[in-house]
Amino acid sequence: SPAMELPPSHFPAARAAAVAVGYLRYLRGGPGRGLELRELRRARRQDIDDVGHKYYLELELEDVLDKDRRVSCTAEVLYHLGSTSCAPEVQVTVQGELRSTEEADQEFYNRIRSLEKELVAENIPDSHGNVPPELEPLHLLAWVASGYVIWQNSTENTKFHLAQVKHVKQVKRNDEDLQFDYVLLLHEMVSQEVLPWQVTVLWHPQHGARVSQ
Amino acid sequence: DQVLHIVPETIQQVQHLQLLCSTLMLDLWKPLLPEDIRAGEDLHIRVPAPLVQEMKDTLDQHMISYRYILIPDVQKLVDQNMPRERSSHRQVSGDYVYTEYHSMEEIYQWMTQIQENNSELVTQHFLGKTFENRTMYYLQISQPSNKTKKIIWMDCGIHAREWISPAFCQWFVKEIVQNYKTDPKISRFLQNLDIYVLPVLNIDGYIYSWEEDRLWRKNRSPYENGTCYGTDLNRNFNSSWGSVGVSFNCSSIIFCGSGPESEPETKAVAQFIRSKTSDIVCYLTFHSYGQLLLTPYGSTTEPPSNNEELLQVAKEAAAALTGKYGTSYKVGSTASILYSNSGSSRDWAHMIGIPFSYTFELRDTGTYGFVLPADQIQPTCEETM
Repeated sequence: SPAMELPPSHFPAARAAAVAVGYLRYLRGGPGRGLELRELRRARRQDIDDVGHKYYLELELEDVLDKDRRVSCTAEVLYHLGSTSCAPEVQVTVQGELRSTEEADQEFYNRIRSLEKELVAENIPDSHGNVPPELEPLHLLAWVASGYVIWQNSTENTKFHLAQVKHVKQVKRNDEDLQFDYVLLLHEMVSQEVLPWQVTVLWHPQHGARVSQ
Repeated sequence: DQVLHIVPETIQQVQHLQLLCSTLMLDLWKPLLPEDIRAGEDLHIRVPAPLVQEMKDTLDQHMISYRYILIPDVQKLVDQNMPRERSSHRQVSGDYVYTEYHSMEEIYQWMTQIQENNSELVTQHFLGKTFENRTMYYLQISQPSNKTKKIIWMDCGIHAREWISPAFCQWFVKEIVQNYKTDPKISRFLQNLDIYVLPVLNIDGYIYSWEEDRLWRKNRSPYENGTCYGTDLNRNFNSSWGSVGVSFNCSSIIFCGSGPESEPETKAVAQFIRSKTSDIVCYLTFHSYGQLLLTPYGSTTEPPSNNEELLQVAKEAAAALTGKYGTSYKVGSTASILYSNSGSSRDWAHMIGIPFSYTFELRDTGTYGFVLPADQIQPTCEETM
């Protein structure tokens, strides 16, 4: 059946947009880059017999460390029938370029590698919304991790956001990767529950992030 | 302060007591309103310390007998009831910092101060008690006048973790008292309208989010033999209660309670609003997060009878809000924008006849969510004004 236009302010489109943003954060985020949804410009939905529901989205995002630049992208989010078992399929195309994070990434990498004691932190942001500047890269890396979890666990009946990083612990490794074990608190809007999630993130400036739940 | 127990015997005594209530500005605990004082029925009245002697003299003169109710020293009880945490270093007499989040203890002090400093405009009133027996107060913003005015009711903090909400209520009151003499819009507003502000509805939950669990949402009433805590107060009102978007299991964060208005906090608000329904034109309830201005209903997609008007006003409000800092708000019914839910205070207010009922979901859209940084309090509040 053909794709029908959806009001972007209504929840079906908004939930699909949250999945697309999660996926994009996982793919393109890092300690020096955090992407946020500014506006969902347009949304359409197509019901595909025996397959599922496919959403076509036009989004406007921003990089929190480069707020003046607008980032447009298109996304397709396919929720499979009986989709509680498998992750939605997502494709995203970013128009234009994102600000380079090479320098910031290398600087973060060197800083963490040179720490004598393994880094440990909790409650990011704290109760009053504060994030100490030296923890901001770990905060943004948590967005990468939560983006992955959100993408993997979303259905048409959920809308997840990262509520808070409960705990993060660096684990020193013999290879070149940095490893961080996170306990993330995810807020699910429809049930209103806050769910803890343990996630391990491996990260390297040239190899990007790998996330395991 | 003392709380007196009086049982008036005659109509004359009832009338005299009603007169005393208004001329001495006494705090009626039971019944809630002077017009409900009846001969032969219990009257509990709190008399501020400086008025105690005068009160006793006039009661003796009119041969009205009285007893001290259980609490000869109200102040001591109030002090004991205040959450016992590290004492605030902040001076109450100094300037209150509206761009920070405040503990409940500080908010109680603030309410007293703001009434004292602006007694010609602001009065503090007893609304009810929470499950943990804390007192719920609302502030009445009312310019003296001989005409009865219509009422706008605003409540904040029905969900414990939504800290930006009580911060907004405090900001709102501050803005009014600081500007009502000089801002023609505000003074014209107050000529025709009274504003009632409940800065924290879910006091027990709010305190719990400060002391134990920042992301707590519900109140703190126990169920299942004290093994499980909290009802979602915004699922506990008598608006299609228990029908959709709720859980009947106490361990759920959207547990709707054992019945409509099962919770003392809900009951206190509902009772009061019921007593004033014909005068209340607008019911506003403040939440976070989402940047949404929500109209009835959550329990059904059936539009309310005055849907067009509701939406038009909301759209104008959202546009004005966006005009301040560019923050965009979405407008629409809860059922279409968010999800289905039943038992919400906003739905209930509209169902009992309050024409303009809205839920505000304040900043942001998920970047910080419930833990909105304090440096966003000012812009959030300014745009919402």
